[in-house]
Amino acid sequence: MTTMDKKAEDLRVVGTRPVRPDGADKVTGRARFGDDIHLNNMLHGKMLRSPHAHAVIKSIDTSKAEAMPGVRAVICGKDFPVIEHKMVAQGEAGLADMRDISDNCMAKDKVLYDGHAVAAVAADNPHVAEEAVKLIEVEYELLPPLMNVRASMADDAPQVHEHSFPGAFIAPTEAHIANASRIHMANGDIEKGFAEADHIVEREFNTETYHQGYIESHITTVDWDSNDNLTLWTSTQGQFEIRDNLADVLEIPIGNVKVIPMEVGGAFGGKDRIYLDPVAALLSKKAAQPVKMAMRRDEVIRATGPSPGAHIKVKMGVKADGTIIAADYHLAYEAGAYAGGPIFLGVVSSTSRYNIPNLQVNGFDVIVNKPKTRPYRAPGAPQALFAVEQVIDELASLIDMDPVDFRIKNLTRSGDILLPGFPLAPLDTEALLQSVKAHPHYTAPLEGENRGRGVSYTMWFNLGAITSARLSVNPDGTVHMSSSNPDMSGTRMTLAMQAAEALGIDVAEFSANVPDSDSIGFAMPTVGSRTTYSTGIVVIEAAAEVLAEMSKRAAMIWEVEPDSVSVADGVFSSGDKSITFKELAHRMLDTGGPITVHKTGSPQSFIPAVAAHIVDVEVDVETGKVEILRYTAFQDVGKAVHPDYVEGQIQGSVVQGIGMALNEEYFYDDEGRLKNASLLDYRMPTSLDVPMIEAVILESPNPAHPYGVRGCGEISIIPPASALANAIHDAVGVRMDSMPMSPHKVCAAINNKS
Amino acid sequence: MSKRHHVTTTINGEESDFLCEPRQSLLEVLRDVLKLTGAKEGCNDGNCGACSVLVDGVLVDSCCVLGVEAEGKQIDTIEGMAVNGELHPLQKAFLEETGMQCGICTPGFLMSSKALLEKNPQPDEAEIRHWLAGNLCRCTGYDKIIRAVQRAANEMAGEKV
Amino acid sequence: MHEFDYVVAENLTEATKLLSDHKGSARILAGGTDLLVIMRNGRRQAKLVIDAKKIPELTDLSLNDEGLSIGAAVTCRQIWENTELAGDYPAIIDSASLIGGIQVQGRATIGGNLCNAAPSADAIPTLIAYGAIAHIQNSDGQRQVPVEEICQAPGQTSLSEDEILVKLTIAKPVAHSGAKFLRFIPRNEMDIAVVNVASMVELDSEGKSFLKARIAMGSVAPTPLFVKAAGDSLAGKEVNDESIKAAALIAREAATPITDMRGTIEHRKQLVEVLTVRTLNAAVARAKGEQS
Repeated sequence: MTTMDKKAEDLRVVGTRPVRPDGADKVTGRARFGDDIHLNNMLHGKMLRSPHAHAVIKSIDTSKAEAMPGVRAVICGKDFPVIEHKMVAQGEAGLADMRDISDNCMAKDKVLYDGHAVAAVAADNPHVAEEAVKLIEVEYELLPPLMNVRASMADDAPQVHEHSFPGAFIAPTEAHIANASRIHMANGDIEKGFAEADHIVEREFNTETYHQGYIESHITTVDWDSNDNLTLWTSTQGQFEIRDNLADVLEIPIGNVKVIPMEVGGAFGGKDRIYLDPVAALLSKKAAQPVKMAMRRDEVIRATGPSPGAHIKVKMGVKADGTIIAADYHLAYEAGAYAGGPIFLGVVSSTSRYNIPNLQVNGFDVIVNKPKTRPYRAPGAPQALFAVEQVIDELASLIDMDPVDFRIKNLTRSGDILLPGFPLAPLDTEALLQSVKAHPHYTAPLEGENRGRGVSYTMWFNLGAITSARLSVNPDGTVHMSSSNPDMSGTRMTLAMQAAEALGIDVAEFSANVPDSDSIGFAMPTVGSRTTYSTGIVVIEAAAEVLAEMSKRAAMIWEVEPDSVSVADGVFSSGDKSITFKELAHRMLDTGGPITVHKTGSPQSFIPAVAAHIVDVEVDVETGKVEILRYTAFQDVGKAVHPDYVEGQIQGSVVQGIGMALNEEYFYDDEGRLKNASLLDYRMPTSLDVPMIEAVILESPNPAHPYGVRGCGEISIIPPASALANAIHDAVGVRMDSMPMSPHKVCAAINNKS
Repeated sequence: MSKRHHVTTTINGEESDFLCEPRQSLLEVLRDVLKLTGAKEGCNDGNCGACSVLVDGVLVDSCCVLGVEAEGKQIDTIEGMAVNGELHPLQKAFLEETGMQCGICTPGFLMSSKALLEKNPQPDEAEIRHWLAGNLCRCTGYDKIIRAVQRAANEMAGEKV
Repeated sequence: MHEFDYVVAENLTEATKLLSDHKGSARILAGGTDLLVIMRNGRRQAKLVIDAKKIPELTDLSLNDEGLSIGAAVTCRQIWENTELAGDYPAIIDSASLIGGIQVQGRATIGGNLCNAAPSADAIPTLIAYGAIAHIQNSDGQRQVPVEEICQAPGQTSLSEDEILVKLTIAKPVAHSGAKFLRFIPRNEMDIAVVNVASMVELDSEGKSFLKARIAMGSVAPTPLFVKAAGDSLAGKEVNDESIKAAALIAREAATPITDMRGTIEHRKQLVEVLTVRTLNAAVARAKGEQS
């Protein structure tokens, strides 16, 4: 057997930049996304949603809607089975109660946020469905809404849920108060630590709720056929999550459900759960016709999972020599309407990158009357980092130390035990920060009034987790590669490249696809920067088995011992005999039949990654507007399988981070109604709002992967907010304690200073 | 249901006709009636550009045009951009520069970019960013899209020489 | 969306008859970038949509010795593509090139911007600053109204149910005059104005003193606001920071904004002052021929 581990300089395919196989269909408009399915006799479903943030449903009258011509089915909460409480794993978001997931798809007794689904109609066309929805009459009894974590954690706050489920995430948790559960982690002696500090900085921060903002809405098409088999065409990060959740919510056998994943028009963490799927399924069952449901943009913003707003307190103590001696973090994150937000990841990401001997963190998962939060690219990290990295900046200036040197002095290194108790896996953290210092951006003069430069440094952990892949050799030497994880941004190519590397053949020989849930082994969804790393390992293992089998076939043809056959760069040889991969493939069917290898695996999780960013800004002190002049993002990706895609992941992450930092937020009125559920007023960056983003790729190999891949999809969304805050401080001397740092807040901070 | 209108129009150079209700947008007609699903719905209110098409050579959001307004007009969509299977230089450049990730906004960006280069064959970065500001992309951070447009502009200029 | 009928009006008589027959249940469609959106989200209903883009008077854009005439269905893009317009009416270009993105500008009309009567409309302060006149047709004939008298409340104009906006006219600017429109938005494109301001100035031949000024602003009241007192305060004053600042403070006082998802009262008041100063300075520069 050949060893699969290769040195970087020996890599032939990994590290090159071939044109992606799905690209041609995307530039010609032929790629099929969720909304591009048109089935015969298909109906269109539309949802009635609550206009209230918190209310008891007293009654629902659907008779007028049912009587409207063209309407084929109407359902509401009572059409759902009443399911037992059941905790299920939700990938990087930890655990959730299945009954909550059902209630989130359609309210039963209470509505818990503006936009909560209440009833649905299927009709001959979407306009008729939408008009029929308006005829459904619902009587509500209003309850006071809890619109932020402080309101929910107040002593006199009403309890939102009768039953709450502490432990709705990965770490040990405890019930805390009615609307919140708590994670507590600590090391050292926090009081002694602060007593030893020469300087202590204590600050408080607030951040607002923000959304993933994928351009493709949530869309699903369901056909519940006469044999009670369901087929779903849907845009999702995980066909298996959709399948299993649907079966749980509808109490039907998993075997009756097939999910066909369509091209995903952006997801970023927000498309790994069911929303419309059980509703469309029940409508399809009732109407005995297939039903497509597509959310309008306002529904996406109002009713799908955003990233939490937070209330954060940070206290840090530093010694005069630059040692961070103590830190105490209070992180209270919105969970949304149901328990189970990303608080654990906030705790881990905020405590892992510096060695702090006396460290304490209290994390709270808080129920509020907003949509249930869902992961969004490095979930839970940007909020905490916005706070902590500003305090780091302040500490560095207090002791008059270069902010990068200060970080280098305190950073965690491979083998250091992190707060949750596991050691930091191999990774060259210092190399990353030294590359920041050595980069011309860091030392470039920044002239002009009201201009400033900021830096930020972060650590994140990428997932491994269950995944599957299959390689099928074709008689002409081409290879079909199926992988279980929906491709959100080029992973069909990055996996094919790894398979090509491992098999020793050209990547052009591959046809890569993501099959439906019947046609490949189970996988966790495409989350946590994991696919190129995790599924990559499984693909490489499958390739090794393919080569082993093909070696046997060569041995059979040559009548030699299989052990005597070696393979390198797509050529099998034994003694003076040799045969190419392609030639051997031609002989496949008469040497024992097809060669297909299906592999599953669960590669190691908590693969660390680091990133540091530098940004230059100019602040208009009269209006509070922040202009970004220059941006450089450094990220260690282990090995860049396709450097263009890695740069794209970094650049895209940065611009999303800029959006959340400067403008993106949920704006609710006093009654808890969302006022900006449109792409006009939910302000994501346009091309005119950002400069070119220089991506600097570092490659300290990940020993858990044969080619050193770490994954790269998330981390660079974390630093922009704190880097920008630090740059704003450098420019105009104010500390921003609230995110987004929208112009009116920057303006107010400047006015308060003077 | 209100009376359907019979609309005669030209789509990607070919005469076409369809029936539609007045309330159906041009985007709905293209996608649901004519099954030309290259134009995408991102917002349905003129704020994302995913449904960009040309009407009589003018770049518009097809969600903000009624299908009935297409009567007698020339409509150009992404489906007509490659000619006889030969990709337009912009399509090639978006592939080669990786000017896309998920691809949902790509048809809109390509239609906008094509309209830009027809009006201004050698735009600088600021002009490209200004022209494309009506097209939202959430994946790329725009960097590689801008480079793809620059590359296509250069290649098209080279071809003319 | 709810059902409606659609008809193309070929001339003004037909349009006004349809409007009058439908007694308030018909809407004029020009660019549709506002109308279709508000009908879709239920903020406006109509039984009949009258497409006005075939009416000759509404599509005419003409520039002559008397001034500028913008048909109500002329698109923003037709305006900024008209290079002759930039010389005498640069602030019209400022507005037309800021409304939406390129796609929206290809459909949206200045007339529609006025008739939609949004407090934040980006064309209206400019029209007011230029002293534009709205020409309105009804069954009995035409009437002419200064633009500042059109908007009555958010989404509500002084046009009656059977009236249609035909065109907007602006007299030819006198020598040594200039105008500028600016808006403040959190992004750099595709936003609703947090505040917008248009200023038009006429200077003496030396460029030393103001003869006259008109200042209007948006997003600071239920309708776009003509701040006559701010402009009048400049008449006869020297062109300097002090006079400009004084006018800006009058504008600031006149603003009665609200706090919403687009901005706060305090921020908006400050922006009024800042943008008034900036537009006046830019208008002066244009009047002196220093800036295009």
